[in-house]
Amino acid sequence: MTVERVAPGAVEEALQPPRRRSGGGPPGEPRRVAYLYLLPAFLVYAAFLLYPLARSVQLSFYRWDGLSLGTWVGLGNYVDVVRDAGLRAAFGHALVLMVFYAVVPLVVGLVLASILNRAKVRGLGFFRTVVFLPQVVAMVVVAVAWRRIYAPDGTLNSLLSALGLGSLTRGWLGDYTLALPAVGFIGTWFETGLVTVLLLAGMGRISGELYEAARLDGAGPVREFLAVTLPSVRGEIAVALTLTVIAALRTFDLVYVTTRGGPGNSTSVPSYEVYHRAFELGQVGSAAAIGVCLTIIIFVISFGITRIGDRDTTR
Amino acid sequence: MNPRRPRLLMVVGVVGLAAATACAPGSGGSSTASTPTPGATVSTDVAKAGKVTLTVWDQEVRGGQAAQMSQLNKEFKAKYPNVTIKRVSRSFDDLKTTLRLALSGTQPPDVVEANNGRSDMGAFVTAGQLRPLDAYAKAYGWEARYPQSVRQYSSYSPDGKTFGQGSLYGLPQVGEVVGIYYNAKKLAAAGVQPPKTWAEFESALAAVKAKGEVPMMFGNLDKWPAIHVFGTVQGRTTPADAVTQLAFGRKGGSWTTPENTKAAQTLVDWVDKGYFEPGFNGQGYDPAWQAFSKGKGAFLIAGTWLQADLQKAMGSDVRFMLPPGQAADAKPVATGGTGLPFSVTSKSPHPDVAAAYINFITDPHAMEVLASTGNLPVADTAAQQVSAGLQKDVFNAFGTVVKADGLLPYLDYTTPTMPDTLGAGLQDLLAKKASPQQFLQRIQKDYGDFSSTNG
Repeated sequence: MTVERVAPGAVEEALQPPRRRSGGGPPGEPRRVAYLYLLPAFLVYAAFLLYPLARSVQLSFYRWDGLSLGTWVGLGNYVDVVRDAGLRAAFGHALVLMVFYAVVPLVVGLVLASILNRAKVRGLGFFRTVVFLPQVVAMVVVAVAWRRIYAPDGTLNSLLSALGLGSLTRGWLGDYTLALPAVGFIGTWFETGLVTVLLLAGMGRISGELYEAARLDGAGPVREFLAVTLPSVRGEIAVALTLTVIAALRTFDLVYVTTRGGPGNSTSVPSYEVYHRAFELGQVGSAAAIGVCLTIIIFVISFGITRIGDRDTTR
Repeated sequence: MNPRRPRLLMVVGVVGLAAATACAPGSGGSSTASTPTPGATVSTDVAKAGKVTLTVWDQEVRGGQAAQMSQLNKEFKAKYPNVTIKRVSRSFDDLKTTLRLALSGTQPPDVVEANNGRSDMGAFVTAGQLRPLDAYAKAYGWEARYPQSVRQYSSYSPDGKTFGQGSLYGLPQVGEVVGIYYNAKKLAAAGVQPPKTWAEFESALAAVKAKGEVPMMFGNLDKWPAIHVFGTVQGRTTPADAVTQLAFGRKGGSWTTPENTKAAQTLVDWVDKGYFEPGFNGQGYDPAWQAFSKGKGAFLIAGTWLQADLQKAMGSDVRFMLPPGQAADAKPVATGGTGLPFSVTSKSPHPDVAAAYINFITDPHAMEVLASTGNLPVADTAAQQVSAGLQKDVFNAFGTVVKADGLLPYLDYTTPTMPDTLGAGLQDLLAKKASPQQFLQRIQKDYGDFSSTNG
């Protein structure tokens, strides 16, 4: 399009400042000056996010101990990431954690939220606070507390013994099959509150008329939930999934404090490997490669989730 | 059109461009620091150095550690008014993660407390960031003061590849040794004497077990505690020089020997016989020794660093001994080492003053200060006046083992990846997920891969 083509009227044209005319386009169309407004935010974004990201990508192509001169190894670090069975297992553990961090809280959260929403219980605010409370506590504190609960002489085992289930007691975090689910369950406990509160907010927005209409059509509570509640909170579900999936994939503090990746390597996760390699082993390049892989995986998964959310809300 | 696509492309473009055009990491001048030549002339005269500010990074943040450091710093400043000490102290973990960056900067601290292992001190030596102290060792007579079994923990070859030999890169203040704490009351109740030989120790474990008590407190959730227990057992089965060769990651050793297999098998036998507290792989290290201090279990294999806490909780009930040998008069051998050594950075403009400072905080008077503030001094240990009971046991034990040159290095020094390989391997071994042979093969692979490429 050219500047000359737009000529809505001679008077108007005369009134328009020349600056605006040279920008071109009808009012409301994006103009180049907009980039200027974006610049300050972009600079901050670039300095604290894009530059470090670019540096990480760059570092991942080197073998570097963080001290002396690095050597270029091309995709060598990435090949090692794929070849290393221990690392593949770590990514696998992160996927298992995703179930505990995202899927289980979502199911539990949906049930809890719809009960709280339907029952119109007294003291809803109180219950909402209780459910949300884990989110307020720092993850390290959560991890230390749960470490005590899972200890061989800890609360969980005492409880089991008191219930006559003494045969089930064990050092939970030292058990090869149960350590990862045990760690995952902490995540479930932690994330459920967030998901529930998000969904509650979403359900609160649903118009009562929809439920009325459903009831008139003879829908029971389950049908109501499937036909009205669930489709209405798809946006919230997408947000909840994005947040919890990212939390699952970047789990670090929980594993660092509870198990340090043990017993054996049965609870190792990629983020822990990044820390371990960069700060303990001095393999900065390899750590950066893992970090970049993790970033890509998180990006792809959360991109997929938001796409699902977008499609549902625009339908 | 999806507005995301061009933005994504742009990000990829920016990232790619930066990656392609930037220069290699570490080329910012830091790595070009020339390695100072050992043997250059040095001065021990601090007063002559003029007005000097010495920046010291240490990790002496807790109780007695912090007390001795501030007292010695004060005394140093009183003795040499021309020197100002700028002290930066951080916890061990914080120091470990920040030191790397600080050393590669243009103005690193003058004196730093660097962890002994390959991934810390070794890497710093390789990068030419620490100054060899051999000339100062000669000038101050450190070699006569510290036996080789103490100095080895801060010795590296100038290329940083050989650990335990070569030039001296630092001096520690305190020592530590892994031995056996025992609850004297529990032993008396089980009708056993404190063991004088390894066989007596194992029969004492059986006697306590027969009484229905937990023979040995052990918490291995943190992965590393089993390394100390394994090292203690290995010290009985495997010759000391073979352990030293393996632990320093030197070429030519082997983990898969009958002696090491016997050590691994012993641990498995102890698990089978129920000598450890059940569920140990799920129990934390701190809760385990805290339970011991509250009267659970008869024995605890742990380091001298627990002395103050255990003494406070248990009083005269708790005693300490070196792990006994096969015979009562066998040479004392125990896993142990030193606290973090103090080193001088290559870029420090005042190496003479820095070395004088290190000498000051490790001289005979400093050792007295260390003992009086509840630390275990690395030198003159047996000569210190301390209260009878546990503290005396600990001082005697360390003095004895150092005098006999019987300190064995921590096994996780072997290679940079060994703490993890060994820690996870021992968890597998103790949980019977791996046989002693499989366990040792795994360790051997880590050791072999490293030592063959390390030259």
